[in-house]
Amino acid sequence: MTSSSEATARRRRRNSLRSRLRRDWQMLVLMIPGGLALLLFFYIPILGNVIAFQDYQPYYTIAEAPFVGFEKFVELFEDPRFLLALRNTLVYAAFQLVLFFPLPILLALVVDSMMSLRLRRAFQSIVYLPHFLSWVLVIALFQQMLGGAGLINQFLGRAGIDPVPFMTSADTFPLLIVAEIAWKDAGWGMIIFLAALAAIDQSLYESAAVDGAGRVRRAWHITLPGMRPVIVLLLILNLGSILTVGFEQFILQRDAVGADTAEVLDTYAYYTGVIGGDWSMGAAAGLAKGVVGTILILVANKVAHMLGEDGIYRGRPQ
Amino acid sequence: MSTSTDPRHGAVRSGAAEPPGERPARPSAATSRRQSLHRRLWGTVAGHSERPAWMEAPSRPLAIAKGIVIVTISLAVLVPMLVVVSTSFASGEQIREAGGYVLFPTDPSLEAYRTIFASPLVFRALGVSVFITVVGTLLALFVTICMAYALSRPVLGGKVMLMAIILTLFFTPGLIPMFLMVKQLGLLDSVWSLILPGVFAGFNFIVMRSFFMGIPTELTEAARIDGASDFRILRSIVLPLSKAVIAVVGLFYAVGFWNSFFNAMLYINDQSLWPIQMILRSYVIQGTSLTADQLGVQQSAPPQSIKMAVVVVALAPIVAIYPFLQKYFSKGVITGAIKG
Repeated sequence: MTSSSEATARRRRRNSLRSRLRRDWQMLVLMIPGGLALLLFFYIPILGNVIAFQDYQPYYTIAEAPFVGFEKFVELFEDPRFLLALRNTLVYAAFQLVLFFPLPILLALVVDSMMSLRLRRAFQSIVYLPHFLSWVLVIALFQQMLGGAGLINQFLGRAGIDPVPFMTSADTFPLLIVAEIAWKDAGWGMIIFLAALAAIDQSLYESAAVDGAGRVRRAWHITLPGMRPVIVLLLILNLGSILTVGFEQFILQRDAVGADTAEVLDTYAYYTGVIGGDWSMGAAAGLAKGVVGTILILVANKVAHMLGEDGIYRGRPQ
Repeated sequence: MSTSTDPRHGAVRSGAAEPPGERPARPSAATSRRQSLHRRLWGTVAGHSERPAWMEAPSRPLAIAKGIVIVTISLAVLVPMLVVVSTSFASGEQIREAGGYVLFPTDPSLEAYRTIFASPLVFRALGVSVFITVVGTLLALFVTICMAYALSRPVLGGKVMLMAIILTLFFTPGLIPMFLMVKQLGLLDSVWSLILPGVFAGFNFIVMRSFFMGIPTELTEAARIDGASDFRILRSIVLPLSKAVIAVVGLFYAVGFWNSFFNAMLYINDQSLWPIQMILRSYVIQGTSLTADQLGVQQSAPPQSIKMAVVVVALAPIVAIYPFLQKYFSKGVITGAIKG
């Protein structure tokens, strides 16, 4: 008896699968182009990272290449160029986190305090624009302004001051990097903070003002707590991508400041793999970067949960 | 949220529907009738102040500091573009006199543009960029719309697919495996290597899907009861209602394809297949000079303005579509999706 009822249940399940297929087949067809794109340009390449554990050469197929375990990673950490790239990456990431991260928040506060809607819209239009320019354009524009023969040095020269090597000095390169990122993305980064500010209940401010709280106290007790979840969320996401400091930005300025200064993990992977032909080393560098980034996100999220924040996903219900 | 009426604009706005970056209109101060002449003049330039009654006016030093910050930032964004455009129109004489860059061309000429459009190298690069932008955007919209619609309702396998897409937001396969994949597909030195890897972006998918999910189910269900298939519903009901989101996602894709540089550097060796960003890198950032041969004409415009004209040609399409893009920021299409 039980076996026959199980059989009917199974049959019913199969029937429901078949009926769902009949109902949803067109939706499944619609998933094919996107699914194919994901497969070809995301999931298969992800599996391709296996060459980091192989001694891959272009005349092998990936299936034929001999496995060498973690040998490539050991080699990686013995390579002074990799260690240099790692050190540079961490330095630039730290500069970005400390100097760039607060800028969109401050900018959002300034814009939020602009009382004229028309001025506010005009200002927003201006500062969002650079986000849509390519890195090539941004670097080209910076070069025209700050380069050795650029506009600023043109003015300095007229005033009898020697040209300042803004674009080629290795010492100030981290600051230049932050300045470029700020020019390109500080405005755009503000959007999400403006949304957070707009979501704060205005009546809170009004009641606080009526109760005698001044500007500073309202900012401290209402604005800041209102923005905190968004700030924490973005901080965690930033930590996760901290090792991706911007491939295009660095490779474009490599000639100007020298390879030693502009070498970061991504450019190392490119020059070792694509240019140098050591594909396995390049892939190992990329993979090491990805793993560290993932660990950073998970740790930061854990810390956020312990501090009672939501983080990327909601923690334990409280 | 409460709904407040703004007497000056005569519009009723509800706080919940308000796009981000603008807060619900504040009740105006009753003193507007007694505005000074100064205030009224300022108002026609900058629009009316939206300061609520309870908020104190900023102190003078604070207001001045804020004004300086706002003006400085605006100039920092606009001046470089202005200088580049001006210099591209300037005559050689004026450039020599100024020492390289010109703020306003006194004697504007189109010579630099005539030169670069006559150059087979630049002209071809523009052709490549236009091709990958147009074809890439159309293809990407097709792929993204199909996927977003399929996952906008609970369907078989939908959850797995959604998870598979969300993962792409947090990870990248890495540069070397991507290169090997493109090579394996035989796309090296083909314009398709600049198009195909970019036809599906997780972020754009999420924007699109959350818009589709906001379409009232009554509409689609009614069509279904009348016997319309899913394809039919997508074509005749969902798409006509989604013009705004299709426009904004399309513009996002278009900007991405126009700006593509990294892929070109990786996958394209053949100079005749370079997109405009590669030309820009080579001739402006690296300072390789365009030879008369590559230009295809006797170089008559000053080299500096030719360089700047190349910058302008890469910049202009973005600035031209920017107003259309920008229209949708204020509608909250994008931030709505981020929040949801």
